[in-house]
Amino acid sequence: MAREYETVIGLEVHVELATKTKIFCGCSTAFGGRPNSHTCPVCTGMPGALPVLNKKVLEYAVAVGLATNCNITRYCKFDRKNYFYPDNPQNYQISQLYLPICREGFVEIEVGNGETKYVKKIGVHEIHMEEDAGKLFHDQWEDCTLVDYNRSGVPLIEIVSEPDMRSAEEVIAYLEKLRLIIQYLGASDCKLQEGSMRADVNLSVREVGAKEFGTRTEMKNLSSFRAITKAIEGERNRQIELLEEGKTIVQETRRWDEAKETSYAMRSKEDAQDYCYFPDPDLVPIAVSDEFLDEIRSAQPEFRMEKMKRYRKEYDIPQYDIEIITNSKHMADIFEATVDLGSQPKKVSNWLMVETLRLLKEKEMDPEDIRFSPENLAKLIELTEKKTINSTVAKEVFEVMFAEDVDPERYVAEKGLVMINDDDALKKVIEEVIASNPQSVQDYHNGKDRAIGFLVGQTMKAMKGKADPASVNRLLRELL
Amino acid sequence: MAERIDDETIAYVSILAKLELSSEEKEQAKKDMGRMLDYIDKLNELDTEGVEPMSHVFPAQNVFREDVVTNGDGSESTLMNVPARKDNMFVVPKTFE
Amino acid sequence: MELLSLSAVELGAAIREGRTTAVEAVEAVFARIEKLEGTLHCYITLDKKRALDNAVRVQKKIEAKELQGPLAGVPVAMKDNLSTEGMLTTCASKILKNYIPSYSAQAVLQLEKAGAILIGKTNMDEFAMGSTTETSAYGVTRNPHNPEHVPGGSSGGSAAAVAAGECFFALGSDTGGSVRQPASYCGVVGMKPTYGTVSRYGLVAYGSSLDQIGPLCKNVEDCAAVMEIIAAFDEKDSTQIARKDTDFTSALIRDVKGMRIGIPRAYMGENPQARMGKNPEIYREKSAQGLDTEVRDAVWKAAELLRSQGAVVEEFDLDLVEYAIPAYYTIASAEASSNLERFDGVKYGLRAQAQGLHQMYKKTRSQGFGPEVKRRIMLGSYVLSSGYYDAYYLKALRVKAMLKQAFDRAFAAYDCILGPVAPSTAPKLGESLSDPIKMYLGDIYTIAVNLAGLPGISIPCGMDGKGLPIGLQLIGDCFQEKKLLRAAYTYEQRRNELLVGEG
Repeated sequence: MAREYETVIGLEVHVELATKTKIFCGCSTAFGGRPNSHTCPVCTGMPGALPVLNKKVLEYAVAVGLATNCNITRYCKFDRKNYFYPDNPQNYQISQLYLPICREGFVEIEVGNGETKYVKKIGVHEIHMEEDAGKLFHDQWEDCTLVDYNRSGVPLIEIVSEPDMRSAEEVIAYLEKLRLIIQYLGASDCKLQEGSMRADVNLSVREVGAKEFGTRTEMKNLSSFRAITKAIEGERNRQIELLEEGKTIVQETRRWDEAKETSYAMRSKEDAQDYCYFPDPDLVPIAVSDEFLDEIRSAQPEFRMEKMKRYRKEYDIPQYDIEIITNSKHMADIFEATVDLGSQPKKVSNWLMVETLRLLKEKEMDPEDIRFSPENLAKLIELTEKKTINSTVAKEVFEVMFAEDVDPERYVAEKGLVMINDDDALKKVIEEVIASNPQSVQDYHNGKDRAIGFLVGQTMKAMKGKADPASVNRLLRELL
Repeated sequence: MAERIDDETIAYVSILAKLELSSEEKEQAKKDMGRMLDYIDKLNELDTEGVEPMSHVFPAQNVFREDVVTNGDGSESTLMNVPARKDNMFVVPKTFE
Repeated sequence: MELLSLSAVELGAAIREGRTTAVEAVEAVFARIEKLEGTLHCYITLDKKRALDNAVRVQKKIEAKELQGPLAGVPVAMKDNLSTEGMLTTCASKILKNYIPSYSAQAVLQLEKAGAILIGKTNMDEFAMGSTTETSAYGVTRNPHNPEHVPGGSSGGSAAAVAAGECFFALGSDTGGSVRQPASYCGVVGMKPTYGTVSRYGLVAYGSSLDQIGPLCKNVEDCAAVMEIIAAFDEKDSTQIARKDTDFTSALIRDVKGMRIGIPRAYMGENPQARMGKNPEIYREKSAQGLDTEVRDAVWKAAELLRSQGAVVEEFDLDLVEYAIPAYYTIASAEASSNLERFDGVKYGLRAQAQGLHQMYKKTRSQGFGPEVKRRIMLGSYVLSSGYYDAYYLKALRVKAMLKQAFDRAFAAYDCILGPVAPSTAPKLGESLSDPIKMYLGDIYTIAVNLAGLPGISIPCGMDGKGLPIGLQLIGDCFQEKKLLRAAYTYEQRRNELLVGEG
């Protein structure tokens, strides 16, 4: 009796490009700084100011377009999207409607595991270039809004998918794939939490088998994969309920409230939803030449698939490690750079797979957030190789290095963590341990081999961890 | 002659233009816009089939700047004309619900 | 030496040669201002102290031979839509009543670099929307030739100030004739350069694809000298063209032999209004206004003069000019509606007290903009709104393309086109504003030039019976300013000889 519904999802993904300057002026895109310090007449809409396009923005947009199998629009333009809002100093956003830079591409996603795993193509309808808006802050004390234009004019690309996704799982797979491609290109760090990647979800439902799409809504303010999953679930249910009650769905923009896990319509009678788009007369068209395309094409990096293939050939590390390491461009870069500094691939991989992943998880960080340098990781590996420090100390040092990127050599020296390999000194300590633990010595002689473990521990403790456990074990047995 | 621009259109265009017109201004606007549009309709005498709309008079293309930071701290200049200021930011009536 | 009777270039030479100083020039101009400004009201803002300080500084540099350009030490006025760092820039609008830019327009910077002394900001139609300077929120400017009449517009304050000797030259902006028409009404030389010749950076935009900054001067030589300075390339305006032929003073040659000059029949015929449209109502208005016979005769006389100097003068049919006005008002209003969105009370200028954001926007803009600005913003928003964009805006851009082709055909046959600047001489104050369409129709001879991006120059060619100046317009193909300057210079030199002979 119950009808079955299918969810139809399309995504609008905004990605902040990793340029040094804004899209239309020479202001820095760096985070931080006093409010409005990264501003000039252009990005604050001063009368008479004019935009000039940052070439790097075009290069990144075309690179992403090529990597997502798009057709590059050889003659493209910028348009003005007119709407009044204080985060937008000109009250129009410079964007692309009529001739976006890229069109009709796709990315392939893999969804599910094992038996249920499938591959699917998700269409990319278009990619366009545009400027970001400023930031608004609510001032509780005076019940007003404060505006900071530091982010105004930061370059974005908006990647608009076809309505090809049918589940939250597919959406996440698509986003992961886009993120990986863009990170590999170095075009953005794509952090959802920090807003350098933002996804708006267009969702409609229809009865299974129906040919026409249902009325869709657009969901904004989704700042994590978890929020996206929850919002898709919530919106699907909301729409189905409406349909079951015989009500109609209103095409509207809704805002996700992450704390309450619910959404509400962003409606205002002051919004005409008519952006009066027209070509921006202050900017000239872009003609993409063959030479330009060739340049971008030849500068495309090695993407994940090729990288995995090469790792299998060059490095003796497990397939699982390869998958994890190449799943982040940043981690792969650290891996390769550390190996290039002379460290053994297997050792490097171990540090990344075990300690790094543990700390990332513990601190709720992305691999892109890793701050320690390959140089320091290589030094740490060398310290353990040469038995300058033991593995317990190495882990301690790594934690500090992970947090602050300290030089392990200097840190070990400063903190006096160098392993004591002097047998005489060690013997002295062991003799004291034997003397003060007669019961354990007795147990050892009575054949309880476990007692030796206790004595090793006591010795290590007395040595403040700076001894090689193997040496301690050997000397203990000698002295007993 | 039926009015070409009705009240609803004036109300709609006022939202787009963010203008609040008095009733006299509305009546005047209806008249003026109607007359201008009648006049603009003259363009329909011309067959423009197949003619590319011309935004730019010259085929100027590909004007770029290099991705180099040229501007320093601009906050004082940016804020020097602000009607209301707090914490180095612009103050506006609240936008949050 | 009567300083004020010198041209800008003559004054520059006198200062360089030590016959006078920049400070004396500034003092002379301000003495004139004190005498006439009460009647004429050419300026919105004057800054004598700043001008004198700069004059002292520039004078030292001239004496140290650090500044040797033709305009070093010469007092200049700027239309109030050109941004001037530290000096009020209101665009003659209440909405910018207290706006002081943090930067100067590129054209202003170039002139200051060349040693010109900024003395103040001239009155204009609000946001350059108008043809009489009567839409200014700060009162009207009067025509120096007869204070009962308007100076034209929108750069009326600049034209009147030059004509009255309240500065030695001025900059204006020309979107649909706003430099040439007031130059014509006030009897000075005004030039609208090819689109993309002068950087628009810092010019408060009206119709971005049509706006060009241009000089208003006492004669053609001054005009060429100013053009040479303000046409410097600026990477901050994407629409500026890097030109290598900006040595405009090299075109000051008295020679038009063999120059082919075309006169559009529709501009000058016995019954020019016959072609102005088939819409009966418009037709009547056009007939009522028509081309003033005194203007027509003066322009014909100018054509004959050029013919006498060896030019080949012919009449020809210039297609489509009657479509220029409707296309222009569609495009200019559309761009203006978007360009003026930034005036919202958030960042600068007027902010009305109101509850809530959108009320603040609406109240600020409703109180801040005058009727003509509102009229064009409303029209512009309408023609861009969804459902109408294709029918109006794109249609107008297609007509623009056709018009450009019509001019291309004309310039295949002629070096320049000759005609009037305006159908009549300066109207009386208060006569034009009552009927917007009638006012728009006055732009018939100037508007097509902006749509096609062409250069045009207005030069005085006589007086009507009321003693009001008549302007001659020469229009060139894109980048052919030098041909215009040569023809204008030849005309001006010969006419001066004849006037002296008559006198």
